[in-house]
Amino acid sequence: MFSWDLLANAVVAGLLLGGFYAAVSLGISLIFGLLDIANIAQPAFLILGSYAAYVMNEAYGLDPILTGILFTPVFYLLGALVYRVYYGSFERRGEESLRGLVFFFGVLFIIEVSLSLKYGVDYRLVQTGYTGKSIEFGGVGIAFRYLVPCVVGVAMTIALYLFLGRTFYGRAIMAVSQDQGALRLMGADPVQIKTIAFGIGIAAASLSGALLISIAPVIPSTDRDYIGRMFAITVLGGMGSIGGTLVAAVILGVVESLMSTFFGPSWSLAVSFGILLAALAVRPAGLFGR
Amino acid sequence: MAGALLEVDGLTKRFGGFMALNRVTIHVNPGERFGLIGPNGSGKTTLINCVSGSLPADGGRIVFEGHDITSMPAHRRTRLGIVRSFQIPKPFRSMTVLENLGIPLENAAHGRAAEGAGAMEILGTIGLASKAHLRPAGLTQIEMRKLELARAMAARPKLLISDEAMAGLSSAEVDDILTILFRLSAQGITIIMIEHIMRAVMRFSERIVVLDAGERIAEGTPDEIGRNPAVEKAYLGE
Amino acid sequence: MRHTAGTLLVGLAVVAAGIAVAMLRVNPYLYFAGYVILQYVVIATAWNILGGYGGYVNFGTPAFFALGAYTAVVLIQWIRAPLPVLLLAGGLVSALLGLGIGYLTLRLRGVFFSIATLALSIVLQTMIMNWDYVGGSRGLSVLRPSGPPFGNYVVFLFTVMVALAVGAVTVARFIERSWIGRGLSALRDNEEAAECMGVPTLRLKLFATTVSGFLLGVAGAPFPYYVTFVEPNSAFAIDYAVNALAMPMIGGTTSWIGPVIGAVLLGSAQQLATVTISSEMNLFIVGVVLVAFVVLAPEGILGLVRRLRGR
Repeated sequence: MFSWDLLANAVVAGLLLGGFYAAVSLGISLIFGLLDIANIAQPAFLILGSYAAYVMNEAYGLDPILTGILFTPVFYLLGALVYRVYYGSFERRGEESLRGLVFFFGVLFIIEVSLSLKYGVDYRLVQTGYTGKSIEFGGVGIAFRYLVPCVVGVAMTIALYLFLGRTFYGRAIMAVSQDQGALRLMGADPVQIKTIAFGIGIAAASLSGALLISIAPVIPSTDRDYIGRMFAITVLGGMGSIGGTLVAAVILGVVESLMSTFFGPSWSLAVSFGILLAALAVRPAGLFGR
Repeated sequence: MAGALLEVDGLTKRFGGFMALNRVTIHVNPGERFGLIGPNGSGKTTLINCVSGSLPADGGRIVFEGHDITSMPAHRRTRLGIVRSFQIPKPFRSMTVLENLGIPLENAAHGRAAEGAGAMEILGTIGLASKAHLRPAGLTQIEMRKLELARAMAARPKLLISDEAMAGLSSAEVDDILTILFRLSAQGITIIMIEHIMRAVMRFSERIVVLDAGERIAEGTPDEIGRNPAVEKAYLGE
Repeated sequence: MRHTAGTLLVGLAVVAAGIAVAMLRVNPYLYFAGYVILQYVVIATAWNILGGYGGYVNFGTPAFFALGAYTAVVLIQWIRAPLPVLLLAGGLVSALLGLGIGYLTLRLRGVFFSIATLALSIVLQTMIMNWDYVGGSRGLSVLRPSGPPFGNYVVFLFTVMVALAVGAVTVARFIERSWIGRGLSALRDNEEAAECMGVPTLRLKLFATTVSGFLLGVAGAPFPYYVTFVEPNSAFAIDYAVNALAMPMIGGTTSWIGPVIGAVLLGSAQQLATVTISSEMNLFIVGVVLVAFVVLAPEGILGLVRRLRGR
């Protein structure tokens, strides 16, 4: 069973997968890690992004990444709208914990079921010009199908990191999570800042959804597989640390890839949830706790 | 110090690398009005969290009426008679004011309920009787603070720890709360007061301990503390 | 004591009525549908003991339900154990899992607890899918025992479920009206304050998770005989997770009657909808109703009724 070649391939595949997982988790890292909003509907927006890419590809032959980028404003607005409803119904009344959680669970469910009503439960995949291509380095194959999403994922991570550190709104988002007083000094309205952050988080999820459907086939209930991954990465990454998110995503990617290579793919999902349970047990510090 | 109601011996508490309490020792005598002061972040709240059992101590010993309670869960300490109020009121929001008092009466005052006052009487002495059937959401700031105290009273404390019960209140309201605390003290309840409002602590306390950066820096009567240069330095900085 | 006697009488009357219904030879589909609705009464009631009274939202309902069902599968495969044994064993195994998640609450509160229960459900499903003895991911056919005590087997299972529902509701009502229920409400409102007011919060949480787990397992134990073909995707269906919290939320979480109202309304609506429209459409409706209720009527139907009476 075991060979060094297999191991090297599994590790490289895991690293690439990790870059993609970082993209998937950035949004929830922002929303849950920084804003402390337990949006468990996040993976549903990921899958919604996948289906947007699928529909645009079927209709106009658009590249999924291009669709993903084109659709970010739409998802940003959708995210902003969801946050406003959440804020008005729960956060403002200080009832966010229990009912807010149920609210997001309902949203997750509605999106998932709407997708299966409209598109059925068949697996959907978007083929691109590079889907079948790969390059090889000394026995280790690198599939473009994974490389491209990984590159986009790392680019998104860097972009978000710079945005949070270098721009007014980025700093305001950091302040919302840490220091309400500083936020007031900046003259920013916390609700507005949170709306922006939530919108960005949802947009990031939708863009990664477009990546997802070019990697692997997607059905409406694929969102459930990602609940565990997203939260495992966010908690393990230290709740809102962008660098931590990337590192945690890579760890999860490599472990999943190793499990699936050596024990079979049916176990890889249990790994992410297992890591989640372990990460929760050492919470709140995570690996890079703030 | 034999006969102390509460003995805290060399209590240490760390948060990660941060030393929140460094071998703090205090003794509180039965019936005493005891003040605990210190600048923000000096460890006052950590100390009472350790005493009430909300936080586990990392080192040292806590003894109450001769029982070592260092590793006893909080609810059992409450049943022994150590009861605290919270700086930020934490009422049971789904219950009426009266039902709020029912929880400690049922859980903490168990067996001792018959001797003491009922929930309505406690509300009466504290001046909340007319609000008995309201939910906490309908209370004002000061009424919320009074509810904290009333609920603590319903637990039949021997030692009441009042954590900044007066922060943010007007001068008249501070006097109102002070009157209540003096009355409780007169009933024989030992009280530890943690407070930022100096006028209130100085007037109330018979003895004061000052914490700074997790260490005990002074102890004495209000007069002695007022004249202590170390205390002044801690509060005003270098 | 008079209350308890009254409750017992009402419970017995409901069971008797259930048996009477079972004796009537109406359309067999009604028993089939009735079983599902009653099963949801048990599930919603069980969820509410932890979620409604104690404020710990369990997303892992399918794990407990399926654990009960698969415990039954194992016992049927192994020794063809009789139904009462299946019920008890299914309940106990799930109760044990409940006790386990009870200890999780030591470290995990609020959202983190909920996410952990979700994770637990998926880990458990993966394990079952990889366990061939119980059919793995392909599933397994279960033969019903021949000759039920009365009627045909579905009618018999329906009657059993009537009794289980009455039992679950009685337990919930008892908890709600005792110091345990009041203590749970206190810790739901504020756990730290509850502990500092003398409420043994850990013990109450362990009690709630264990009882809730037990009832969910009991609800799942007859499932193999009901469907006669058990596979992980139906035993771990997300429908259970959603309905378990939607039903109490819609009915009202603070009283034992809330989950019953929610389960009967939503359960019946779903049974009607599966006949008339697609099952996906019916899940869609559940989702929309759930969100509408948490946003617009946070205290459920009970809250609406109370508000109407108050005016």
